[in-house]
Amino acid sequence: MVRARVTEKMRNLRDAYSSALIELGYKNENIVVLDADLALSTKTKRFGTVFPNRFFDMGISEANMMGVAAGLATCGKIVFASTFAVFATGRSYDQIRQSIAYPELNVKIVATHAGISVGGDGASHQMLEDMALMRVLPNMRVIAPADATEMEDVVPAIASVEGPFYVRIGRADAPIIFDKHGHFRIGKGYVLRRGNDVTIIATGTMTAEALKAYEILVKKGIEARVIHMPTVKPVDEKLIRRAARETSFIVTAEEHNIIGGLGDAVSMAMHDDPVPLLRIGVNDVFGESGEARELMEKYGLTAENIAKQVKRLHRKYNQ
Amino acid sequence: MHDESLIKELKRKALEIRKWVVESVYRAGSGHPGGSLSIADILACLYFHEMRHNPKDPKWPDRDRLVLSKGHAAPALYAALALSGYFPVEELKNLRKIGHFLQGHPCMKKVPGVDMSTGSLGQGLSAGVGMALAAKIDGRDYRVFVILGDGEIQEGQIWEAANSASHLGLDNLIAILDRNRLQIDGPTEEIMHDEPLSLRWKAFGWEVVEIDGHDIEEILATFHEIKHNEKPTLIIAHTIKGKGVSFMEGTLSFHGKPPSKEQYLRAMNELEQEERELNG
Repeated sequence: MVRARVTEKMRNLRDAYSSALIELGYKNENIVVLDADLALSTKTKRFGTVFPNRFFDMGISEANMMGVAAGLATCGKIVFASTFAVFATGRSYDQIRQSIAYPELNVKIVATHAGISVGGDGASHQMLEDMALMRVLPNMRVIAPADATEMEDVVPAIASVEGPFYVRIGRADAPIIFDKHGHFRIGKGYVLRRGNDVTIIATGTMTAEALKAYEILVKKGIEARVIHMPTVKPVDEKLIRRAARETSFIVTAEEHNIIGGLGDAVSMAMHDDPVPLLRIGVNDVFGESGEARELMEKYGLTAENIAKQVKRLHRKYNQ
Repeated sequence: MHDESLIKELKRKALEIRKWVVESVYRAGSGHPGGSLSIADILACLYFHEMRHNPKDPKWPDRDRLVLSKGHAAPALYAALALSGYFPVEELKNLRKIGHFLQGHPCMKKVPGVDMSTGSLGQGLSAGVGMALAAKIDGRDYRVFVILGDGEIQEGQIWEAANSASHLGLDNLIAILDRNRLQIDGPTEEIMHDEPLSLRWKAFGWEVVEIDGHDIEEILATFHEIKHNEKPTLIIAHTIKGKGVSFMEGTLSFHGKPPSKEQYLRAMNELEQEERELNG
């Protein structure tokens, strides 16, 4: 079990991204970073300040950025390409498909501002389909870290493995969950709470909510197993199948459309040995403007809603 | 002025490429002969004279790169690669066949010598920009050639890439536009106007030269002249779709259609006749 606790301490995953990138830049001169005029928001600009010869702002042209990333990768560069999730995966889907995933090139797409918690910018900027788009691409691996500590481990981990990755992080500050570095492995899920009644599997921002839901549920006498699944593809099938065997149902939680993301990955993983599965996510609608917290509440992306759904299902399956 | 024997040799190579285009597309039962035949002379000049490459070491870091952005002309590229020695020419007979490596469009993972996977139009120039940029970062002196279709440049990404190439000062990037003036649905100018073509590219910060894309001597001379350009260079190569096969020349019908058996025999006959005249 990996030690995890939702703390009061907040840290932005974008800051973690840029500090990890810079550290990586010192260690490996093949790291090249591209951005599409959002370098101040994604925080890749900090890398550019330290390594001006290995940072290129490609302007507002995401399609070209992905193609250039591919070309650089054919010449031995480890390319990090960053912009908002909506542009990274939506605007340049075909470039990622044809020029990165198909030739399996060493491009790491790290997208920020994923999910509804983008807030005021509204639905045009709240990307809720990115994991779905990236999951369906062969050769592509998809990761949604839960906190800044984990993000700092994800960056060197994906750089050390050849081939394309998609990493999504949010805009908002997020509570520190992991007090120590070192647990993260590509493709591994982590049991954060050991309950045996039900299983909650969460990814990205929702892992903190799942941990908080555990506290609510335990007071009601329900022992939830909380699994953090940072790698949504390839998902940790073994861990999911064990949860399916050992607990009565599974609830997934993700800041993403309920179609195509973690919920689908989990349901696929328990293919021939299924248990009831409830997906908590955005219910196939576009978002709207509002404060991040207000939006998370309105769209049911909270510990309270997870706990409520678990209690409902617990009554149904354990009476 | 290049010597006669070199020009003759390259003409011979271009004819061999053309024969293999017809042969492989015929055997495949599908493919794009028209736009493959139009770039045969350019590919012959590149692979058998101009480019620095080594078929025994396809991943040589200092090699010149070629991106066939108009990936549907793969039969011509495959022929040039096979004739260079990247893989046995016999493999050309297995184009588009299940279980064999010559995919309908270039796949860099499967075909030695293919520097970039292409097929979805408009993407190759961006990859070329990335390759040329990598050379600048590493202080290497290789060049990157990108072959574009004239229908293809209707894609917006081409212009994003063109703009970034000049912004980044990529004098090691050379794009060759196969100006055959035909795309699947009709003449390019009717489908979507593209003139003044040369001015458009110049406005994006490129050096532009216009040549006859079937004149080996002019192609070679142009490659020589542009060597010291300080900007990315576009060579507008005026070509004829289907060049070398009389009934395919200048027509739309062979953009994406293989010849029938009778047409195949006729085409091979014509090309062999031309070969005999060249050698005679």
